[in-house]
Amino acid sequence: MRRLLLGIVVAIILISLGAVVQSAAPEPIVIGCNLEMTGQVAAYGQAAWEGINIVSQIVKPEVLGRPVEFSVLDNKSDKIDTANASSRLIERDKVVAIIGPMISGSMLAAGEVCEKKEVPIIGPTTTNPLTTQGKKYVFRACFIDPFQATIAATYCYRDLNAKTAAILSDISNDYCVALGNFFQQEFERLGGKVVSLTYCKAGDQDYSAQLTDIKTKNPDIIYIPNYYTEAALAVVQARDLGLKQPVFGADGIATEEFLAIGGKAVEGVMHTTFWHEKAAESELSKKYVELYRAKYGADDEVNVFGALAADCYLIVLDAIKRAGSTDPKKVAEAIEATKDLPVVTGSVTIENGDAIKPVVFREVKNGKWDYKTMVYP
Amino acid sequence: MSLETFIQQLANGISLGSLYALIAIGYTMVYGILRLINFAHSDIFMVGAYFAFFLIAVFKLPWLVSAILAIVLTACVGMTIDRIAYRPVRNAPRISALITAVGVSFFLENLGLVTVGARPKPFQRPDLMARVIRIGPAAISGVSIWVPILSIGLVAILLYVIYRTKLGMAMRSVATDIDTTRLMGVNVDTVISYTFAIGSALAAAGGIMWACKYPQINPLMGIYPGWKAFTAAVIGGIGNITGAMIGGFVIGLIEIMAVAAFPALSGYRDGMIFGLLLVFLLVRPTGILGETLKEKV
Repeated sequence: MRRLLLGIVVAIILISLGAVVQSAAPEPIVIGCNLEMTGQVAAYGQAAWEGINIVSQIVKPEVLGRPVEFSVLDNKSDKIDTANASSRLIERDKVVAIIGPMISGSMLAAGEVCEKKEVPIIGPTTTNPLTTQGKKYVFRACFIDPFQATIAATYCYRDLNAKTAAILSDISNDYCVALGNFFQQEFERLGGKVVSLTYCKAGDQDYSAQLTDIKTKNPDIIYIPNYYTEAALAVVQARDLGLKQPVFGADGIATEEFLAIGGKAVEGVMHTTFWHEKAAESELSKKYVELYRAKYGADDEVNVFGALAADCYLIVLDAIKRAGSTDPKKVAEAIEATKDLPVVTGSVTIENGDAIKPVVFREVKNGKWDYKTMVYP
Repeated sequence: MSLETFIQQLANGISLGSLYALIAIGYTMVYGILRLINFAHSDIFMVGAYFAFFLIAVFKLPWLVSAILAIVLTACVGMTIDRIAYRPVRNAPRISALITAVGVSFFLENLGLVTVGARPKPFQRPDLMARVIRIGPAAISGVSIWVPILSIGLVAILLYVIYRTKLGMAMRSVATDIDTTRLMGVNVDTVISYTFAIGSALAAAGGIMWACKYPQINPLMGIYPGWKAFTAAVIGGIGNITGAMIGGFVIGLIEIMAVAAFPALSGYRDGMIFGLLLVFLLVRPTGILGETLKEKV
């Protein structure tokens, strides 16, 4: 009994000592990461986390004399889980700002939560214009879909001389449906015609029926603005069915998985994206590419999703510094005021929550993404 | 719709339907014998595909050897699941077994996410399966020709095993009355174990064929094919092997033809299939070939 009592006393002393030591060190600032570590677009979330880890070797996670810590939650690529993860980061972890999610549909859900709790959230690659519309606390580090789809449509009509198009989009994702609509609007405004408009759903693996419809209508180009797995499977099946038309995609297919699953079938597929390592000019970009190569091998292409998540980290860190405070409200104001901040993908200025960024065109050549050109807004 | 398009869509439908049929047979067999809807079936399907993937990609074994080994390994996994998860609740109310099956399903999915990761992996298709064959106006991939042959072959073997062998007799006996079967001196646990081995082997064969047709695998790949196959089994009359086969083809054809007829509604093809399941459950719960059962899960 006496021993037990002694034990308890010693434990209490140790715990209180620990508390003293802890309060002596500066309290860390917590940034939430609401990422797709599993589910439909796991490759984006995992790439984003890689990107944040690499860039924090260049720009140390420290601001206002306090260390910065990350609290990473997996949102399973699911809208509801993303909203819940945001609440949890704000309520439990008391985060200053949230990085992620990577996809627009989830951001529409998470944005509502953050707007209500007045905590800034910044999506690295959430391109749908609705995500930031009318919101003070929702941001993005990328261009918006009307811009990317309009430029894609113009390119198809003018440069590829396509007069008819087919669109196959994923009806369960706001991002894909909106891209399809923007593409159709611009393509038809220019004088082209969308002859086949079909849909699929997240997780679908069979596209034979939709593709047979496309085959019958025989368009000049096929626009597939879907995420990487769905897009790769659709292209493989299109080639199996004997469709020879050029295929055009959007930023969503910029992953290793698209090339690996697609294999020979995706050769020649073109798409619009945010950045390419060949466009790395600044010291920061070059250092990032170097560290990425050192970690993932010389042959590996630097992942665009990771680079944009790294941008978000830099934007948030810079905003906390300029705000001189960890009050989420002030940090949100500082993010909105971001101007010509040097980041991994060049430099970034934020207006009404949106980043002003150029569009990069790429094409699959010999199983790799090949840089074609860059178009400025 | 032109005749050419119709023929191509028909080929698409048969090809997809035969895959559903292959998975549905396993579902229905386990149900027919144990009155258990093995929800883990669709995840065993995934496990089979992963075994084949690793045997090909890591151990560099020839394709056919990998496929056969993967099927054998998956059969062992099926027996292990039965031993660990289902046998302890054998005498509990049926709902306990059903919940256990759901639990096993979640366990396998999450085990997959933790061990192999959530990012999809490319599945190497052998030339035999990947080659595109043109019959008249229709382009059909090799796998679409092999799967119906394989499915029908497996059903024939399965029916032979169930109706012509001693093991099959024991299985049918277990289906009728477990306790009486035990009194006859049959080792019921062994018989059930074999049932799971056969069911899992069928799931693995389905998984490998699926991966050959849609060359991508991930830990959640079994969910949708599993639900569709389950729907096929119910529509065909759950517990009836020929019915599952027919159900699979019906589902595949309806799914493709619905999209062919209404391309603008193609995003809702799953909705149409599950709607059909609801209609069947309301109007003819015993399915096309099913007999009326006294008890249902």
